[in-house]
Order: sequence, then structure tokens, then C-alpha cells
Amino acid sequence: MTNGDKHNLRVGLLFISPWILGFLALCVYPLLSSLFYSMCDYSALSPAVFVGSQNYRDMFADAIFWKSVYNTIFFAAFAIPLGLVMSLSLAILLNFDLPGKGIFRTVFFLPSLVPMVCLAVLWQWMLNGDLGLVNNTLKPAFGAVNALIGTHLSPPNWLQEAAYAKWGIIFTGLWGVGHAVVIYLAGLQGVPRHLYESAEIDGANFWHKTWHITLPVLSPVIYFNTIMGLIGSFQVFAVPYVMTGGGDGPERSLLFMATYLYQNAFDYWNMGYACAIGVALFLLILALTCAATKLSEHHIHYEGK
Amino acid sequence: MKQTRENNRFLNLLVFAVLVLAGIAFLAPFAWMVSTSLKPLGETMTLPPRWIPGTIQWRNYPDAIAAMGDFWRYTGNTVFLCAMTVAGTVASSALAAYGFSRIEWRGRDTVFLVLLATMMIPFPVIMVPIYSLFKSLGWIGGFKPLWVPSFLAGAFNVFLLRQFFLTLPKDMSEAARIDGCSEIQIFFRIILPLSKPALLVVALFQFMATWNDFLGPLIFLTEQKHFTLALGLQSFQSQNGGTAWHQLMAASTLVVLPVMAVFFFTQRAFVEGIASTGGKN
Repeated sequence: MTNGDKHNLRVGLLFISPWILGFLALCVYPLLSSLFYSMCDYSALSPAVFVGSQNYRDMFADAIFWKSVYNTIFFAAFAIPLGLVMSLSLAILLNFDLPGKGIFRTVFFLPSLVPMVCLAVLWQWMLNGDLGLVNNTLKPAFGAVNALIGTHLSPPNWLQEAAYAKWGIIFTGLWGVGHAVVIYLAGLQGVPRHLYESAEIDGANFWHKTWHITLPVLSPVIYFNTIMGLIGSFQVFAVPYVMTGGGDGPERSLLFMATYLYQNAFDYWNMGYACAIGVALFLLILALTCAATKLSEHHIHYEGK
Repeated sequence: MKQTRENNRFLNLLVFAVLVLAGIAFLAPFAWMVSTSLKPLGETMTLPPRWIPGTIQWRNYPDAIAAMGDFWRYTGNTVFLCAMTVAGTVASSALAAYGFSRIEWRGRDTVFLVLLATMMIPFPVIMVPIYSLFKSLGWIGGFKPLWVPSFLAGAFNVFLLRQFFLTLPKDMSEAARIDGCSEIQIFFRIILPLSKPALLVVALFQFMATWNDFLGPLIFLTEQKHFTLALGLQSFQSQNGGTAWHQLMAASTLVVLPVMAVFFFTQRAFVEGIASTGGKN
């Protein structure tokens, strides 16, 4: 290394030193100690006692833990694809260059600004079984179906019924897709116009153009957003926590992995066990991210490749 | 040819209709929130619900403020935390982003990949050790756990600013170096003044994140006098959930309003900022 190189290295490291400090204190250390505590009996009130694989063995035998895994995967399995379809559709529709485009974009975006706690309180009221706006909008539709085929169906009491509570959380989340709409809309501006024009000359219709031009060009953005959505969905906590008044819903239907981790850490002060759940959550996210990357490898088109 | 044009017109009309319907669906919850917040309690329970309250009861707002405990104190706490975290994030992320973009040093791009990887670590996974760390520092129950980390350059903001710094021409820095400017002088005199839009975006994102944060205040704050608005609203809700909807909606409206106001004044920067986070690279 020349003197200039050494000087640059020193100055470069000096500039990034706030991040290095944060990286060591708030990433490396917590990750390693989470791994260590997961093998300890630890309450944060007294020193940790090493217990080997005990927490993990308890975890594998813990039906409540598996319930939280199931709930989390269920939520992610519907929230991510529904959010993707909805945000992409809205972005493609907005890209039609119709009057009021800017206003529509703002309208779709606004809900994604609502703080989590407000979101939860508002949608708890929206989803109220008798008085909520959702069911009062659905009632006429149910009434029409009942009159037509002689049934007695009625909309569910979303958050109070174990079978529907997670759907309540999923719908609440869909209200916030505007963030992704803005990102996709920006990506759509990058689609070269001449591609559409030459496709039109070849007689391509709207669906052809969407399927063969728009989606391939957007694929890197879709991939990135999906990975971020995956990481976010597996951490779902605030909305169900607030909606259940700090609980986990009827028959634990709103107990997610982050909820169970929180309960163990801060309700039962069973922090070793909480860390074991954390390690499981981390590995699950890592595995799914790798799987998604592998699966999408051949479907992502990067410009210039 | 004529038929295609007819088709296009029909398609445009259809798309416009779908957008209007979707727009109404996206706005309805806001209208419902404000409408409920102005109703007397009895009227929140009438069926079918009415959009325009029969009697408009403004009193719900002062009542909700009184019922939430110390609303103004929560507001002060939230504003304080927003100010500290915005200052910390902008300062530390700009420094780190400069080091990752405007100086060539060995291993820089490898370290940057590490930084990107850290964005994937979920907070719940590391929150227990972080809690223990702050506990051993005696910080639990105070504000420090909620603002000190922002001075340690969060990965996402460093990433955003680095992308922006990379777009600034290199020759300006080179010319300044030949004139004998040090890196810190170049940073302050050339790069920062040119980066105001990007710095504004980072500041806005951080303001929103702090205003909205729930899990952080929930685990680190122990006394009511330290509560943020988000925590205060949750605590109010858990005591009144399922009953005082008119006041809960008034309180929610009050917590949402400042966020909306900030958005409307900075809409352009905000939307462009989000558009730039699409990970096209």
C-alpha cells in the first residue's frame, strides 16, 4: 500500500466510524449474544445460566410456539402475494396517463403514512362486527346473496373469530400498499417507450405488453420489494398487539412469532427462550430469502444483461 | 386502426372507473375516522351508520385529550425524540455515506455489502440483547435507548445517501483536493450543500419512523410521563377498547394529523425519495 492508499483507508474508516460503532454494538454483539442467551436460562434480572440446547428442545415441544409459526407463515403467505398483486395493478393503472393521476397517487399513498397504532385502532373499529364500516358495506351484498339462493349468511365478526382474525390483519395491511405503488410507478417510468411502440406495431394488446414488457422490466424492483415484504411480514407485531389490547386474539389466532417472542421476553421475563424464538425467526427469514432468490434467479431481467 | 382507437378509449374509461372506485375505498377509512370522531357516543352505535353526524360533537377532541392522560407531555416527548433522531440520523448517515462513496479505500465495497446485509436483520431478533445492553447502562425507563442509536448511522439511510453522493460529479472533489481542501472540508463545503434534497428525504423518513415507532417505546419506556403519542394512544385504547370509539377516533385523528401535514408540505421530496428506494441496482 502506498502512503496515499493508507491515508485514504484511514480517512475512509474515520468517516464510516459512526456506522462501524453501530454495526458492532447494535448488530454483531446482539446477534452473537442472542445466540448465546438462546442457550441460557436468562431473565435480565439475574445473570444468565448456561443450559445447552434446553430452550430449543422446549421450543420444538411447545405447541404454542408452533401455533405462532403457523400464524406467521399464514399471514405472510397471503399478505405478500395479495399486496404484490394489488400494488402492481394500481401502479399499472396509474401509468395510463389519465387525468388526475397525481391525485390518485396521493390518495393511494396516504394510508401508508398512518402510524401503526392509529392503523390498528382505526381498523379495529372498521372491522367491528356490528358497527364497523366493513361489515355494513358487506351486509347488502350478503343480503342479496341470501335472498337469491335462500341462505342465511352474514359477514364474520372479523377480529373476534379465530377463523377470520388473521384476514382482518391482512386487510389492514393491504390498506398500506401505497408505498409499493409509488416504487412500482417510478420503476414504470424506466420502461423504454420504444419497446411498447414496436410491440404495438406487431399488434400486441394491453395484456401482451404487460406480460412481455412491463413485468420483465419491473422484475428487479418486484424482487427487491418482495424480499423487503417478506422480512417485514415475518416481524408482524404492532397491529395485532394493539388490536387485541396487548393480547394474542381468540384462540391465539393472532399470536405471531414476534408476539410470542415479546411475551416471553417482557411478560414472562423468559429471555433465554425468547432468544431461541428469535434465532428460529432469523433462520426462517434467511432460508426463505435464499429460496426466493434461487427461485427467481431466471425470472429477473437486469438491464444490460 | 379505427377499432383500436375505440378500444383504447373504452379501456381508458374502464381504467378511470376502477381508479375512482379504488380511490373511494382508500379514502373511506379516513372519512369514517373523522366522521366517528365527531359523533356523540350514542350515534356511533346507530345502524345503519351515518356518514354525516346528526349532531357534530367537537367536544370529543378535548375529551380525548383529557382522557389520554398527559397528551401534551406525550406530544412534547415525541417531538423531542423526533428532533434528536432526525439530527442524529442526518449527521451520522451523511458522514458514513461520504466514506462509502467519495473516498476510494481498500475493501470499501466489501464493507458496503456487509452494511446492506444488516438491513435484513429483524429488530425482534436482536431486541433482547439490546435491551440487556441498555439495562446495564442504566438507560431503561429513559429516552436514551430511543435516540442514541440514531447517531450510529442506520444502514438504510447510509444506503440512500450513498446512492445520491455517487451521482455527484467527481471532478468537483478533485479540484478541491488540488486546491488543498481536506476531505472534511469537501464534505461540508461541496457535498452537503449539493445534497440538500437527499438530506431532506432522510430527515423526513426518520421523522416518520420516530413518530410511528411503537415497539421501541413499548419495551424501553416504563413510566407514563415518558410515553410517546403512539404509546399513549395504545395505552388509552387498551383501557377503552370496544367502548369509547368516538374519543378513540378523535385521538387517532390527532396523532395522524401532524404526519399528514408534514407530508403535504414536502410531498414532492417525499414521493421522489420513496421512488428512489426501489432497489433498481
